[in-house]
Amino acid sequence: MSDPVLAEGAIKKSVPQTEKGTSLWQDAWLRLRKNTFALLGLGVIVFFCIIALLTPYIAPYGYEQQNLMLGAVPPSAEHWLGTDIFGRDMLTRIMYGSRVSLMVGFIATGVALIIGVLWGTIAGYAGGRVDAVMMRLVDILYALPFMIFIVLLMVVFGRNILLLFLAIGAVEWLTMARIVRGQVLSLRRQEFIEAAVSLGLSRWTIIRRHLIPNTLGPVIVYTTLTIPSVMLLEAFLSFLGLGIQPPQSSWGLLISYGVETMEEYPWLLLFPGLALSITLFALNFLGDGLRDALDPRASRN
Amino acid sequence: MFRFIVSRLLQAIPVLLVVITATFFLVRAAPGGPFSAEKTVAPEVIKALEAQYKLDQPVWQQYLSYLNDLAHGDFGPSFRYPGRSVDELIAGGLPITAELAFYAMLVAIIIGVSAGVLAALKPNTPQDYVPMSAAMIGICMPSFLMGPLLVLIFGIWLEWLPVSGWGDLPGDKILPAITLGSGYAAFLARLSRGGMLEVMSQDYIRTARAKGLPEWVVVLKHGLRGGLIPVIAFLGPAFAGLLSGSFVVETIFQIPGLGRFYVQAAFNRDYTMILGTTVFFATLIVLFNLLSDIIAVWINPKLRHQLREGK
Amino acid sequence: MPLLEVDNLTTHFHTREGVVKAVDGISFCVNRGETLAIVGESGSGKSVACYSLLKLIPQPPGIIAGSALFEGNDLLQADDKTLQKIRGNDIAIIFQDPMTCLNPYLTVGEQLIEPLIYHRNISRKDATYRAIEILGEVGIVEPEKRVGSYPHEFSGGMRQRVMIAMALITEPKLLICDEPTTALDVTIQAQILELVKVLQRKRNIAVIFISHDLAVVAGIADNVAVMKDGLIVEQGPVDDIFYHTQHDYTKKLLASIPEGAKPPPNSPLPANTSITENKPLLSISHLKTHFHDYSSGWLKRNQKVIKAVDDVSLNIKQGEILGLVGESGSGKSTLGRSILQLVPVTSGSVVFDGTDLTNLSPARMKPMRRRMQMIFQDPYASLNPRMTVFDTLAEPLLYHGLATRKNVTEQVLALMDDVGLAHAAIRKYPHEFSGGQRQRIAVGRAISTKPELVIADEPVSALDVTIQAQILDLILELVEKHNLTMLFISHDLSVVRYIADRIAVMHHGKLVETGSTESLFAAPQHEYTKRLLSAIPVADPARERKRQVELTQLGVDN
Repeated sequence: MSDPVLAEGAIKKSVPQTEKGTSLWQDAWLRLRKNTFALLGLGVIVFFCIIALLTPYIAPYGYEQQNLMLGAVPPSAEHWLGTDIFGRDMLTRIMYGSRVSLMVGFIATGVALIIGVLWGTIAGYAGGRVDAVMMRLVDILYALPFMIFIVLLMVVFGRNILLLFLAIGAVEWLTMARIVRGQVLSLRRQEFIEAAVSLGLSRWTIIRRHLIPNTLGPVIVYTTLTIPSVMLLEAFLSFLGLGIQPPQSSWGLLISYGVETMEEYPWLLLFPGLALSITLFALNFLGDGLRDALDPRASRN
Repeated sequence: MFRFIVSRLLQAIPVLLVVITATFFLVRAAPGGPFSAEKTVAPEVIKALEAQYKLDQPVWQQYLSYLNDLAHGDFGPSFRYPGRSVDELIAGGLPITAELAFYAMLVAIIIGVSAGVLAALKPNTPQDYVPMSAAMIGICMPSFLMGPLLVLIFGIWLEWLPVSGWGDLPGDKILPAITLGSGYAAFLARLSRGGMLEVMSQDYIRTARAKGLPEWVVVLKHGLRGGLIPVIAFLGPAFAGLLSGSFVVETIFQIPGLGRFYVQAAFNRDYTMILGTTVFFATLIVLFNLLSDIIAVWINPKLRHQLREGK
Repeated sequence: MPLLEVDNLTTHFHTREGVVKAVDGISFCVNRGETLAIVGESGSGKSVACYSLLKLIPQPPGIIAGSALFEGNDLLQADDKTLQKIRGNDIAIIFQDPMTCLNPYLTVGEQLIEPLIYHRNISRKDATYRAIEILGEVGIVEPEKRVGSYPHEFSGGMRQRVMIAMALITEPKLLICDEPTTALDVTIQAQILELVKVLQRKRNIAVIFISHDLAVVAGIADNVAVMKDGLIVEQGPVDDIFYHTQHDYTKKLLASIPEGAKPPPNSPLPANTSITENKPLLSISHLKTHFHDYSSGWLKRNQKVIKAVDDVSLNIKQGEILGLVGESGSGKSTLGRSILQLVPVTSGSVVFDGTDLTNLSPARMKPMRRRMQMIFQDPYASLNPRMTVFDTLAEPLLYHGLATRKNVTEQVLALMDDVGLAHAAIRKYPHEFSGGQRQRIAVGRAISTKPELVIADEPVSALDVTIQAQILDLILELVEKHNLTMLFISHDLSVVRYIADRIAVMHHGKLVETGSTESLFAAPQHEYTKRLLSAIPVADPARERKRQVELTQLGVDN
């Protein structure tokens, strides 16, 4: 059944002189726009994502293209970020590495987002005993040493990138579920939800029109902050040699190679390290900025 | 309080059982046994080895006998280090990892909390920006990057501190402890800043000021308790993080601790070693979560009250 | 020489929107043993003025200027150290909300002795002894035991007593009371006011009493200053302010206090007589709503059961306004929500126009919902912050098929006319409106479905008194225009008296008394109703003084 409550468009013609309202989203955007660091972070992320997408077309060299004669050379005009011991171009390798690192970050966060939001919404909306049981389960899972489990999974089932997504997502959803549930619980107690119920709106309409738009803020903020922690987790595993496997590459793997030879060729550690750190910086700044922009308490002061 | 601790300890048992069971069967389901890497070994030898380690028995029987051994504190023999038991390896590695984790925790709490509190007292001033920017760097600079960089700068270029080992040379514990602790110091700084900001805007802080108390009493006596609640809630997860962080730090600094054993065991498919360390880590983490829960209840009279009412 | 002489006090804040002149040059003075009441609505600057004296303003303000001579020393020029010695020692403050003003992590005793330890260098032992003594004085039973309790173990009224004890423990010369009873129930309010007064007389201290409520002030103040927008518009002896009011704003404030019974309806219809004979639109019988407390564990068998509504039977007749009165925790709001099936009912029946609502399927409930609506207390929480006025008002119209997409705008505008909102505001969001305007939107939403029954749950208690009067009149007007039946829930007897035809009194989940407004006020039957009625402050100093003498003689203050 189509929902009749979608007539926002109708008003534009019929009411002449209205004062334009500022929605909380517009409000938040205005605040975010004033936050230089957050905007910079957003810019960096977008830039890196575009580069990662276009890598196969714009990378200066082939991914496996070696030049053993060259060996490891510091940054130069031909190789902006230098080459590794096999004479492979570092810029190219970092660009390819970014594809894996960013992909893990986004997809595993996506997995966490889907499970966490569903779990949290159901627990929060159902309330009572269902909520108590569901959240007790989350508490128990919290107590498990997940990092160790992920290491174990990677060992047992081989270094499978798909498994990595699932494993990381399976850890990160717990916090997301808690946040969403807390939001839903506090919203449910709000009188405007009661008002919607007493207007006779259906459950689905209430969830869609009243609940979800109001939980979105914290979820967006937490998602932005989950991406860097997921990327960190992947880099951590790759560093230990338990994550991405060669010939695929990720920043974590490049860093671990860099560490081996850092005394002689410090740029092999420096540049992948910088790439990872800059990305993490950007995401964290963006997340912080979004939190400040979306937090209603911040807007009241 | 006592009943609370006992009940939480009892709740920990099923959690641990799940961990043990899941780990046990996960490891058994893995393709490739511990001896498959050595291709030159004759099949008879492998058979004999498998019999020795009870690998020829049905899986459930292995599981039950393993549980039985565990109940007696026996983690079984190591597959990779013949003649040595997992108990021995853990006993050897544990004090080192524990010491490392302790120092790292110390670094994290002392630096993190004081930076966070200082920042919260004067928000949006240099006293806030400087420590918080440092914290941001700490968060965005993972230990596997921080460690090598510290080694490069203080160990290799400046030659101030030793770059590896544990307890062999004076000062060789400094870099590992900082490497492991700095990330958590950064987290704790942000958490305690947030907690303190929240608390210092509460009405009861205004009451304390209205009573004419000196500012340090207002901050330390009235503010700190409430402000540290998020920090204490994070101690459990932080400890788990420190343990897994020890994998990397012990690898970088070549420290013969549990973390390094674990990573090696994972590469070598050393079943009993993986199982043993996982179970051991899980127990530690569960206990530490319990500890941080107890602290949280202890400093919050409301929770204490609820506990008494609930029983 | 007055104890405190404030001259041309000015407090300005620098904000993103520019300079806010919170206090804009006010002067007043207080003598020993006297009470000065500063009265004003929210945002008038009354609290800021007093906090400025002791530099207790949360964020560093732009300017604090003027002078404030306390025993000859200017507080505004004093350095932090001197101020620290004065705070809590010579000048003490009692704050509004006793729930948030005590530190939840420290025992009451610890918080009580702090001023003594830091100002007087008294040993902990002696200070604790003194704390027990003063706790007894403010009416805490078994003070030697309670001194070791935490704030959450006290009720709201008891916490405010603790706050008073804490303020008085150093025997200050000036006591600032910032709306000390606003967060409390009316019977508790009477006790606290009395307590402050007794203690003040005993110690001969000066009191500055900040309040939004002229009625509260009438009985206790010697002098009154009325503040509006950072200025004192009128000040003088209490009788002058009440009986020889000069300034228009003071007149407006006094006029806004709901007084007397409901005015007779304007329409010449025989409405009033017919109401009593009308058949009941809603009839509730043996209604019980109990809650289980899951917080203590979800598998325990003996969970706490809270009997919010406990065997209530009640009829509401067609076209009548029934006032439902009770203090916090009496179950009045739960009763309202139980009627609308917003909370699961434990047992009993709610019959609306011949249909029992308690076990209707959601599908059959939907058309019933259209006929019954609710107005909520908090206009900040009852509107979806992400929906414009148009969205909020159009949603029920479209959902119940009361409007088509073509004429929905027209209907929304008509609703906005009904509740007195400007057309131009149709695309604005709730946070862009003031509290009163938001409540107008909420009222508009409630009447949008053309309901027969409206349940109003404390619809004016979050509003300033002048706004409150406007909204009450709006509700009365709409009831008449749309021929509504209403259950009007409130803790404020004066408001209920003003609006209701009949009143029901609730106490601890039970209905203790029902009667027509006139008869209930004239001759209350139940003990609790009597207590409730006697506790209402009246905006008439002479009557208040007389009444308080009676109260003291009766020993109502336990």
